[in-house]
Amino acid sequence: MAPGGKTHLDRGHLLFLLKEMLRIRRFEERCAELYSAGKIRGFLHLYIGEEANAVGVMQAIGVDDAVVSTYREHGHALARGIAARALMAEMYGKVEGVSRGRGGSMHVFDAGARFYGGNAIVGGGLPLAVGLALADRMRGLARVTVCIFGEGAAAEGAFHESLNLAALWKLPVLFVCENNRYAMGTAIEREQSQIDLVRHAESYGIKSEAVDGMDVVAVEVAARRATAAVRDAGAPYFLENRTYRFRAHSMYDPELYRSKAEVEEWKQRDPISKLDAWLRDAGFLHPDDLRRIEDEIAAEIDDAAAFAEAGRWEPVEDLARDVVAPPPAPRRDAAA
Amino acid sequence: MSATSYREAVRAALRDALARDPRVFLMGEDVGRYGGSYACSKGLLDEFGPERIRDTPLSEAGFVGAGIGAALGGMRPIVEIMTVNFSLLALDQIVNNAATIRHMSGGQFNIPLVIRMATGAGRQLAAQHSHSFEGWYAHVPGIRVVAPATLDDARGMLWTAIEDPNPVVIFEHATLYNLEGDLPEGAGAVDIDRARVRRAGRDVSLIAYGGSLHKAMTAADRLSAEGVEAEVIDLRSLRPIDDATIMASVRKTHRAVVVDEGWRTGSLAAEVSARITEQAFYDLDAPVARVCTEEVPIPYPKHLEDAALPQPEKIVTSTKALMGSHA
Repeated sequence: MAPGGKTHLDRGHLLFLLKEMLRIRRFEERCAELYSAGKIRGFLHLYIGEEANAVGVMQAIGVDDAVVSTYREHGHALARGIAARALMAEMYGKVEGVSRGRGGSMHVFDAGARFYGGNAIVGGGLPLAVGLALADRMRGLARVTVCIFGEGAAAEGAFHESLNLAALWKLPVLFVCENNRYAMGTAIEREQSQIDLVRHAESYGIKSEAVDGMDVVAVEVAARRATAAVRDAGAPYFLENRTYRFRAHSMYDPELYRSKAEVEEWKQRDPISKLDAWLRDAGFLHPDDLRRIEDEIAAEIDDAAAFAEAGRWEPVEDLARDVVAPPPAPRRDAAA
Repeated sequence: MSATSYREAVRAALRDALARDPRVFLMGEDVGRYGGSYACSKGLLDEFGPERIRDTPLSEAGFVGAGIGAALGGMRPIVEIMTVNFSLLALDQIVNNAATIRHMSGGQFNIPLVIRMATGAGRQLAAQHSHSFEGWYAHVPGIRVVAPATLDDARGMLWTAIEDPNPVVIFEHATLYNLEGDLPEGAGAVDIDRARVRRAGRDVSLIAYGGSLHKAMTAADRLSAEGVEAEVIDLRSLRPIDDATIMASVRKTHRAVVVDEGWRTGSLAAEVSARITEQAFYDLDAPVARVCTEEVPIPYPKHLEDAALPQPEKIVTSTKALMGSHA
């Protein structure tokens, strides 16, 4: 785990990275329990195993930058700074949710965090990211749009159209492909003619690199290098984060498509255990530290769940709100 | 007043919008150097430059989605899709993103986007270039759908659509671009909410939109010569539909014929017909009639294409049958 880029590998930062990954893991473990308890419904796609990617990438961007994500976005949202309370209330479908409960697990939006979903159509967010970056360019704003998607999206037309547009128009988009090897239940070898995804991006003239998505420091270093390149060149960059999800695709997935041995093998590379072990070996982490971190996280999640539980259901009378925005008044009418 | 065409009215509206608001830009296939597939943007590249008159690759999902993203990012994009036929390649972006993001985000984000596209048949372009999917788009909550059928609306709907905080889809019937007429010198923005009575009459309401409006007007002239005074309603806004104007007319005439270039099954005409039945059933003297496109992919030979589409003669025949039903 060599330092690089502008990543500061001091003890405080490393403990922060560990805590951020643990927050995501414990939050989602609670979500799974709440799903079984019937508090959370619909689709719930857990990110467990992939936490290093969200945490590493979010270290590289600032408050003015934008994030476009997918339906497996709880980790991205938490790492982006969206409050656990608002996120959990969204899972419950309560008015206090970050999307007012209208979106649920798959549709987290937060204007304050410049977090533009939560897109549940595979590949659907990529054109949006291109457009956000186009707007920044036209407005003369030096901002980066981070666009996160899975390797399944690389088979979609929208992926290729978006990479082509971003490269053609030299737009400041950081494409982050979280390659967890399975498009739902279809292994990458069974759905891609070219499984080295970096080569897809390179074919559009986009600077690209693959990174170990089970290593939070490696991800942070690569993401800092990538965002710096996007800012310097005003052009897109492509990261392929090679990672793995430990849990099923969603709560309905019996996981018939992969072996338990394979999952166990990847769990040996758990990004949290890995950082934890490294910190212990380096003498940076004392048992008390971990206990304190776990206690703080447990308190935050208990608070989030209580907040969501106490939240309000939107009155049915308000069903049709926020379908269309009210038009500006007064309406001009030149015709008779 | 000055003589102009529908195409020139669209161009004047684009120029006006680009001049008024620096956030406005036009993006689409061949809108720049080519001047627009229907020449609507001819000359605008020289006037506004390639950043604001932006040629795109043939990537409908990509550039329509980029329009949605740019709208989220503070711009006021006008995205031109060459024709409705190609808009199917962008349908995911329009239906799953443009129409939903305000709602899914709990009202945090608006999509102030205008999408313009040519629509319709009548030029022997065969099955893949002759679609009328206005009804499909009008089916979707979260977007507004308008169909300018006149020079005033071609000139005036665009600015109102740009000012609207919601995605607005504008359908320009391809046979209308050469339509000529007069526009007042100061012609400007018009509402995009209400239907208009284009011809007053007492005996029957002919309800149409877009390219079909002119067929309904021709039919009304012929009917008048035979002593039947038809009132012609131009829907203008296909979502939302202006029920009040339709029902006021039907309550007066007691008969309605809905004209729609979409296929009859599941058509916009079916929606209008159902609304009349729901809201004005006891004012009707005859069942609501529909003149729609026959249930066939549009054929290439002119005589077969003509036979597939709504025509003034069909409207006249259908109307006379309605009058007869109460004779």
